Amino acid sequence: MSLTRADVEKVSLLGRLRLGDAELDTMTEQMGRIVGYIEQLGELSTDNVQPMAHAQEMHNVFADDALGASLPRDAALANAPKKDAECYRVPAVLGE
Amino acid sequence: MPHSYDLIVGLEVHVQLQTKSKLFCRCSTKFGGPPNTQTCPVCIGMPGSLPVMNREAFRLGLKTAIALNCEIPQFTKWDRKQYYYPDLPKGYQISQYDLPMSQNGWLEISDPKKEFAAKRIGIIRAHLEEDAGKSLHDEEHGKADTRIDLNRTGTPLLEIVSAPDMRSTKEARVYLTQLRLMLLYLGVSDCNMQEGSLRVDANVNIHIQGPSGKIATPIVEVKNLNSFRHVERALAYEAKRQYDVWEETGRTIKDYPKQTRGWDDAAGTTLPQREKEESADYRYFPDPDLVPVITPKAEVEEVRSGLVELPAAIRSRLEKTYGISDYDSDVIVLQGLPFVAYFEEVAKLSGDGKKASNWVTQELLRILNDQSITLEQFPLTAPQLANLVKLVAGGEIEITRAKEVFNDMVANRRDAAAAMSALGIAKVDSSELENICKELVAANPKIVADVKAGKQQAIGALLGQAKKRNPNANPNEVRRICLELIAKMP
Amino acid sequence: MLARSATDLLRDLSVRKLSSVELTQAYLDQIKLYDGQVKAFLHVDPAAALARAKEIDDRRAAGKPMGKLGGLPVAIKDVICTKGQKTTCGSKMLENFVPPYDATVVKRLKEADAVLIGKTNMDEFAMGGSTENSAFFKTTNPWDKSRVPGGSSGGAAACLAASMAPLSIGTDTGGSIRQPAAFCGVTGLKPTYGRVSRYGLVAFASSLDQIGPMAATAEDAALLLEVLAGHDPLDSTSANIPTPEYTKSLSQPFQGLKLGLVKEHFGPGLDPEVEAAVREAVKVYQSLGATVKDISLPHSKYGIATYYIIAPSEASSNLARYDGVHYGYRTDEKQMLAELAAERKSLEAKQDEKGLKNLDTALIRLYRKTRAEGFGPEVKRRIMLGTYALSAGYADKYYLQALKVRRLIRSDYDAAFQEVDFIIGPTAPNPPFKIGEKSGDPLAMYLEDLYTVTANLAGIAGISIPCGLTSGKTTGSPLPIGLQIQARPFDEDRLLRAAAMFQRGTDWHTKRPNL
Ligand SMILES: [Zn+2]
Repeated sequence: MSLTRADVEKVSLLGRLRLGDAELDTMTEQMGRIVGYIEQLGELSTDNVQPMAHAQEMHNVFADDALGASLPRDAALANAPKKDAECYRVPAVLGE
Repeated sequence: MPHSYDLIVGLEVHVQLQTKSKLFCRCSTKFGGPPNTQTCPVCIGMPGSLPVMNREAFRLGLKTAIALNCEIPQFTKWDRKQYYYPDLPKGYQISQYDLPMSQNGWLEISDPKKEFAAKRIGIIRAHLEEDAGKSLHDEEHGKADTRIDLNRTGTPLLEIVSAPDMRSTKEARVYLTQLRLMLLYLGVSDCNMQEGSLRVDANVNIHIQGPSGKIATPIVEVKNLNSFRHVERALAYEAKRQYDVWEETGRTIKDYPKQTRGWDDAAGTTLPQREKEESADYRYFPDPDLVPVITPKAEVEEVRSGLVELPAAIRSRLEKTYGISDYDSDVIVLQGLPFVAYFEEVAKLSGDGKKASNWVTQELLRILNDQSITLEQFPLTAPQLANLVKLVAGGEIEITRAKEVFNDMVANRRDAAAAMSALGIAKVDSSELENICKELVAANPKIVADVKAGKQQAIGALLGQAKKRNPNANPNEVRRICLELIAKMP
Repeated sequence: MLARSATDLLRDLSVRKLSSVELTQAYLDQIKLYDGQVKAFLHVDPAAALARAKEIDDRRAAGKPMGKLGGLPVAIKDVICTKGQKTTCGSKMLENFVPPYDATVVKRLKEADAVLIGKTNMDEFAMGGSTENSAFFKTTNPWDKSRVPGGSSGGAAACLAASMAPLSIGTDTGGSIRQPAAFCGVTGLKPTYGRVSRYGLVAFASSLDQIGPMAATAEDAALLLEVLAGHDPLDSTSANIPTPEYTKSLSQPFQGLKLGLVKEHFGPGLDPEVEAAVREAVKVYQSLGATVKDISLPHSKYGIATYYIIAPSEASSNLARYDGVHYGYRTDEKQMLAELAAERKSLEAKQDEKGLKNLDTALIRLYRKTRAEGFGPEVKRRIMLGTYALSAGYADKYYLQALKVRRLIRSDYDAAFQEVDFIIGPTAPNPPFKIGEKSGDPLAMYLEDLYTVTANLAGIAGISIPCGLTSGKTTGSPLPIGLQIQARPFDEDRLLRAAAMFQRGTDWHTKRPNL
């Protein structure tokens, strides 16, 4: 089962990318080869293997519930591409 | 309606946990601050920042889950739920997916008005997650930019998912009321719906008794329910709407996917919410920035044994200890823990639980409601009220007068003795009372005759006359003495 | 002066034979002379560096206590946040991003009295092995400027090889410290996952990323690691264990050192000159008393497949935040809205109901265009791969399976370390390749990471040290070859000792290119 152009287009929406026609062709070809390569993991039987999501298996790391410093608003908004004196701004998203 | 149907409701409740700081950073969770003044690199998802779990949030979640009779798995972990929205700065929400911190619990609900039998509502799971920020829309025109305030981003939430065990709008409301009450008793949340500390989504469909068996309609998730009243109205509306749609289209759960609709309270309708086909693919995976939590059994037991007494237990204890009705115990417990304590003190000090219950559920609550004040602002201490109840119970003061005394005590912030003396209320000397009665009997031969003829109730007219001669005359005493005098008369 | 090791220079600094200003100025001069060709640095602020050096000199002159790096310049990979100073990650997306905070390692470097001399070039978001994926320019290999310096810490390695800094900070997600260290002939250590705080390191793949020291020698790397390492309450994955004093134990000899040679590392695809150099290095160890054993890491052949599922999956999530709303690049909104309106008009004219239904909303188009324009091709490729591997219907087959194979890989290592102290082999299968040589074939590029990715998957420590030069017969000019040594988790002190032991017996680490 190989990756189709339509699959790739769907993934590009899911990952919020927009690929042009040529890019979509290249991506479909390259992803197809890479996915073809990683398919080899399917040959391993892993029924009794616990997944390993972390490189070191630690647990119960907590911070105390104490107030710390927040950023001044100017500093928080400093890197925002579009803002006003108080908020980040995006095109109207009412009803989305 | 040609077919009968059952309403099937499951509720998802998001509760904001009462911590000082956010779930994964140390910014304040305080409500209502100026926009974007309670954020830091962590909660705005700045490149390079990392989350660290708030110990208190986990503890509050654990407490709640245990109170909801949930199993607490030893191992729980954090997952990323991925979707794009401007009020979600990381592009994912840290939540819990396949291994939540708790599951398989229940909450018992009962109705003092006995509209339904007591039942257990299953809790499928309760898990922790972070809140998103706020989108401030241009409501009027829908054209101007949406503004984003991230103060709320990262606030700890506990999502409590019930089983679809509720069968009426009433049950749904009682479930929410009891759940909220329990959360308040536990002290895990302020449950303030106006401030978004408690939010409800409902999953609802109906089971229709069709000619050849039960037919389930497609499930609808109703959002934008901003009060328990909205929940009731929306559920009632949905039941009818789903029935009508089924009649018209024949759609069932088997051939139509779950939809999301929003409640419009002004219009009294639910409206479909626009959804993209791919939006449901959240691509959950374990958050590599956070480590799992292991909760040993001993810790669960420790939390369990440290739990405060919960509303259901308090209700049955009050009924047993003070002999009050389940209706009254419900009213008392609904008012919250300080009220329960107040009642218990009045009951103990006055020595009459039933009377204490009457006074707090009627007179005291009336004052709180009329004056829109809280119990803390109520001017009388429990011993002061208990004193009055005791006087009533001991027959020292008659009930109508006692209410006057109560009003005076409240208005002038003084105890019963002071109020009584200000109102000129004193116990009437027994010889004086006897004299009054003799005069009355002598002056009312017709009443005497009526009583003699077996019309005992005729005596009532004398009670009013006695009150005119001396407002402190105890009507019961007057009745007793007059009857005795009449009996002695030839 | 610039050819000397950091440890040497520090000695002179501490007795005031040399001032930090003089030293910093010398490196700045070298940067001015050669960085036009090498292009290792993205940003250098000479005035700020000199001011800092002067401040340190003044404090030293006044007899005030000095931090461990007492005035040594350090270069920082531009994926690590520096407060008030651009941190671009080699991406157009963050071209103008100025963090309001310092990464924990930057804080530690400042506290240790390092002079931050500049921020080094890298593959965009650390994705790549050649530094060709930088959105700004390609860094060249100082040994042969037609070749790549490796990556993603290409600038970090090249600035050391070109003597433009004595110490350098890199990051390693699948080999990004070790492979460029090998390609540039320097020493690069990827510490055990959790040894160094990741707070302030812009994430590529959070469960694999690790910051580490790069330097001329193992001794210098030990000096730098001592400053970088240690528990950080701001990083939940940071190990809460004491940090050894790496520099103190460095010269202790080993008794009965056991080395493992992984037979899977000497298969087809390994360049003969690289193999010869590595085998020669093994002999050096044997001559120093080590015994060598053939071992097997049976699942290592699945390393690349596993890595190229896990790393892109995590990356697709970590990079979701770059959406043009809160920081970073945003597409031209007016133009975007105009385009969208035109598309809608044309669909309406064609009465294309389906097209209209599928047409992006303004917000979705804002995201998609911003990301399409802000990210380069390799980053997009990995976002696509990761999104796919985590998507409904594929997550179990790819992502979950990869997590399971990851455990098998770790178990292989655990078993191997029962038998040997260290695993040694080549860092990369080939010497540095030509710029552009592999850029059209992403899979071929990925396969170059064969020897390094498994250490990240397993979370163990690894180091690359220079162990030879190619003859130049096939490569034109002599090119460095790296020896990789891998160690048990949190065994950096012994790993550095083993590397220092090799460097005491050889002089490959002293070789520098002719600029
Ligand atoms: Zn914060």
